Amino acid sequence: MTQRVSELGWLTTVHGVQLEVVELGQGRPIVVLHDETGLDPQAPFLDLLAAHGRVIAPSHPGFGHSPDVATIDTIDDLTYLYLDLLAEQGLREVTLLGFSLGGWIAAEMAVKSTDRLAKLILVAPLGIKVGDRETRDIPDIFALTADEVTRLQYHDPTRAVVDYTMLSDDALTVIARNREATTLYAWEPYFHNPKLRQRLHRINIPTLCLWGASDRFVTPGYYGAAYREAIPGARLEIIERAGHFPHLEQPEAFVERVRKFVDSTN
Amino acid sequence: MRAWHFSENAYHLLPDPKEYDSIRVKLPNRYYDPKIGADLYHRYIDEWVTAEDLGLEIMVNEHHQTATNLNPSGPIIMGILARETKKARLLILGNPIANRREPVRVAEEMAMVDVYSRGRLEVGFVRGVPYEISAGNHRPTKMMERFWEAHDLILKAWTSHDGPFNWEGKYFHHRQVNIWPRPYQQPHPPVWITALSPDSARQVAERGYVVACFLTGFQGTKTIFETYRARRAELGLPAPATDRFAYAALVYTGETDEEGYAGARKLLWYVESNKVPPQFTNPPGYQPIATTVSAMKGSVGIYKMFQNPTLESFMENGLVFAGNPDSVYRQIMKMYQHVGGFGHLLIMGQAGFLEHEETVKGMKLFAQEVYPRLKDLSPGGVP
Repeated sequence: MTQRVSELGWLTTVHGVQLEVVELGQGRPIVVLHDETGLDPQAPFLDLLAAHGRVIAPSHPGFGHSPDVATIDTIDDLTYLYLDLLAEQGLREVTLLGFSLGGWIAAEMAVKSTDRLAKLILVAPLGIKVGDRETRDIPDIFALTADEVTRLQYHDPTRAVVDYTMLSDDALTVIARNREATTLYAWEPYFHNPKLRQRLHRINIPTLCLWGASDRFVTPGYYGAAYREAIPGARLEIIERAGHFPHLEQPEAFVERVRKFVDSTN
Repeated sequence: MRAWHFSENAYHLLPDPKEYDSIRVKLPNRYYDPKIGADLYHRYIDEWVTAEDLGLEIMVNEHHQTATNLNPSGPIIMGILARETKKARLLILGNPIANRREPVRVAEEMAMVDVYSRGRLEVGFVRGVPYEISAGNHRPTKMMERFWEAHDLILKAWTSHDGPFNWEGKYFHHRQVNIWPRPYQQPHPPVWITALSPDSARQVAERGYVVACFLTGFQGTKTIFETYRARRAELGLPAPATDRFAYAALVYTGETDEEGYAGARKLLWYVESNKVPPQFTNPPGYQPIATTVSAMKGSVGIYKMFQNPTLESFMENGLVFAGNPDSVYRQIMKMYQHVGGFGHLLIMGQAGFLEHEETVKGMKLFAQEVYPRLKDLSPGGVP
């Protein structure tokens, strides 16, 4: 950790790859993998989470202030990058927590190796194909207006309204980079790996799937149930009055669920 | 200067714009009547043949999932024209090679048309407008990297004559590349590439291809052409003649200014009917980050010219050349002087409700009254 790249973010290096990482709190490691809208270091859930452990939240290459990396352009690349991060930092007994696109990364990591993981929490994860070839499991955000996407993803869509004229160039650049990086990683196959579902049985650590009750983007009853069924022993819990990003809409309730799961001895 | 007749083969009989939110990507094709469409294809092909009769060259392009353009396959329409015509040069501008899955197939199609037109083909490669992304189902990030790899593979396929070669690149894999036929022209047909950014202009300049600008107006065009010339000079390469530069505009020549303006107003259908929602006009990664940030702050950049599609503003910005033959000549020369000269005028000469007779009349007046004065321009351009 040498160079500061934002108010809370520091540049760290993993196997030659530079990453912006936000670190908060102390104790058992909780690695947080952000969703396709990027990591907001000021988001209240991070501070709440830091009361229960050492939060380590990297921005994926291309997101936030993490530089683009020519050799990293797939979710597969990101899973190896973060397995390298766990190893290089000597982290053990990690709680791995991933949101949406980050949930997809977390699931892929756990399929490859759970050696350094204690528990897995997937929050409305993407990444699997559930329906047939003509079923659009995940709405095509690239063919919808921003308002249409917001209505699918938020319990209270007014929460997601952003006035660009009030933001700094740095904040706007981060938003633009996050969208571009999402496109790079998730364009095709669209937000999923056709092979992932058949590999999820390999996950051999306690796993919690958390879902907002109002998530109309990927619904708990369809997509969440498919995830729970594919991971042995996984639980699916619902957070009320939240959409696709329960950590943003209900941070207290969200962190309480995380705490209970991490403290449990199963 | 060479003049090229170009039509987008539009299907113009659309419902009330209130009925749909996008003319591109998602407009249901129930609005397309194939019987009318068949008549339109034959009509537009006739107009290209007329262009040849009038001494003009021929240009086609391709777009996908849009009523503005019913050429989802440029090579097919060009294949027809290669047989229907005898002497015109045939420009396809172009093949959207960043969106095509098989560059080797593009190499084959182009070699085939080149052979049976007996070497009249000019091959354009284009990145494609942003609305092609969803229709082409290809990722908008790192497009130019994919574009240049496809280009390299096509050029190698055209110029390799000793059996198969291997290609295992970042974007394309093909282990036994050995195209039949090979091109008629040696070493390969002339290559054209469109450019909107200075970075693209530099890369086209390095290879000495024709650089084409579409509706970029006075300033945009000047920037691209100057960048091209500067890059050549920087590398110590010979200064480019005007035949390395092409400019595309809407052009209508009438007997009087009034008749010319009336024809040009009908050509503006291209712009007026281009109703496209934002998710298709700026897919993430298509534009540089800085351009997207400017757009988020409200800047419209080069698109400002398109926000007020009146004939007056379009003529003022150099997107339309219209009027009587003297007026059209004067307007073309104003652009020519401003950008340091160009050797190809790409004429969007048909659109929307411009009927066949009107289209042919405009082409004829241009070919007979304007074109002869442009043909004698020095290939050295503006000193």
